[in-house]
Amino acid sequence: MVNIENLHKKFGKNQVLSGLDLTINEGGIFAVLGPNGSGKTTLIKSILGMVIPNKGEINVLGESIKKNSNYRHKIDYLPQIANFPSNLKVKELIKMIKDLRKNTNEDLRLIELFKLEPFLDKKLGTLSGGTKQKVNIVLTFMFDSPLIILDEPTTGLDPISLIRLKDLIQAEKAKGKTILITSHIMSFVEEVSDEIVFLLEGKIYFRGSISELKTKTNQPDFEHAIASILTDNHA
Amino acid sequence: MRSRWSYVYFAFYLLLGIVLLFLNNDLSKAVITLMNVIIVLVPLIGTIFGVMYYYNSKEFTELLLAQPLKRSSIFLGQYLGVALSLSISLVLGLGIPFVFYGLFESSAIWDFSLLLVTGTFLTLIFTALAFNIALSNENKIKGFGYAILLWLFLAIIYDGLFLMTLIMFEDYPLDKLSLIGTMLNPIDLSRTLILLKLDISALLGYTGAVFKQFFGTSFGLIVSFVMLTVWVILPVLRIIFKSRNKDF
Repeated sequence: MVNIENLHKKFGKNQVLSGLDLTINEGGIFAVLGPNGSGKTTLIKSILGMVIPNKGEINVLGESIKKNSNYRHKIDYLPQIANFPSNLKVKELIKMIKDLRKNTNEDLRLIELFKLEPFLDKKLGTLSGGTKQKVNIVLTFMFDSPLIILDEPTTGLDPISLIRLKDLIQAEKAKGKTILITSHIMSFVEEVSDEIVFLLEGKIYFRGSISELKTKTNQPDFEHAIASILTDNHA
Repeated sequence: MRSRWSYVYFAFYLLLGIVLLFLNNDLSKAVITLMNVIIVLVPLIGTIFGVMYYYNSKEFTELLLAQPLKRSSIFLGQYLGVALSLSISLVLGLGIPFVFYGLFESSAIWDFSLLLVTGTFLTLIFTALAFNIALSNENKIKGFGYAILLWLFLAIIYDGLFLMTLIMFEDYPLDKLSLIGTMLNPIDLSRTLILLKLDISALLGYTGAVFKQFFGTSFGLIVSFVMLTVWVILPVLRIIFKSRNKDF
């Protein structure tokens, strides 16, 4: 599905990714974890072609992403901070993104699911953080792409929307899609993910299931397992 | 971006056109006054709007970058969006009052259209330069500062330096040098171009005189337009190149 080889990225003097190799197979939910500044977002943005790597090769669904924009038809991306043009209405934004990609009716179901009808005619600049995130989720999930990338999807969501989001993620997984998630909410990660990838200092420190991580670190629960990695590495 | 600023800009030119016509009561005099305004103001507005638009729509750009779109089409689209809407504001804002005043029956129509064409060129050039500066500077304040400095340099300081060199080396034959000097600054070039066309020697500075002497009116016009086109193309190419290698 996604194949990354020897990925290097530097921002100025700051080496963020140093020789990262990662293969993500088709189907299932992968969580990318790591302390702040470990390169999670950089990794995701490299896959999306928003960050240009210094070195390395990325293939998505067998296509090299260099000088290519078509492969993004097969990716749905939920950005970390939902910043939309503030003078557009929610309705207009949804319509515009549909014009850019393809037409779909899935948005109606999602709007109803997240109870966004009252906000459709409001300008995006006037929405609260949580509501923006819901719009963000609608924009991401309304296309039926085989790869879904979610960067901190839970930010600002109320408990009921969080439950709906989890259901949505599970439903997409049931369709055989590949879902890539980053999050700092460990309980969320533990609940939804099949496999985790732990980044540390620009490299993959651990890859495997949560139970494997618990055995490796000798910790009874997931949160402490992650914490023990971080204290052992002085991160 | 549906910007209300382009309407304000449009209204400003509309007002300027009307006021000038009423105060002057003479079309060709109004054209000369307009030239002085356009030569200074159009580059300034193009610069400011270009930088402002780029920084304001940054989040939106990031949203678009995750969509299946080519980078060059995203940035060129934004550039053309700003530059063309400014150009339309200029052309319509000034055009409407002049048309109502009876431009089509007047002999000033060619001078006036030349004015609008150079104004459009200046908009295209300075918006492209502003986008270049904004693309190279993550820091908004720095980007704004550089953009204003660039405008100040090309609109005012350049002329001063130019004049000083001419005075300092007045014993040498400087015709070619001053010609090249004029070519290298789009604002000077536009000014010379309009003055040549208006054929008013009193307003011609030294640069204009050299120009006239060298080219004669029609050849000078063509060369100037080629230069202005180059001034548009180079920054636009750099927008494409720079945006291709930028991280977001």
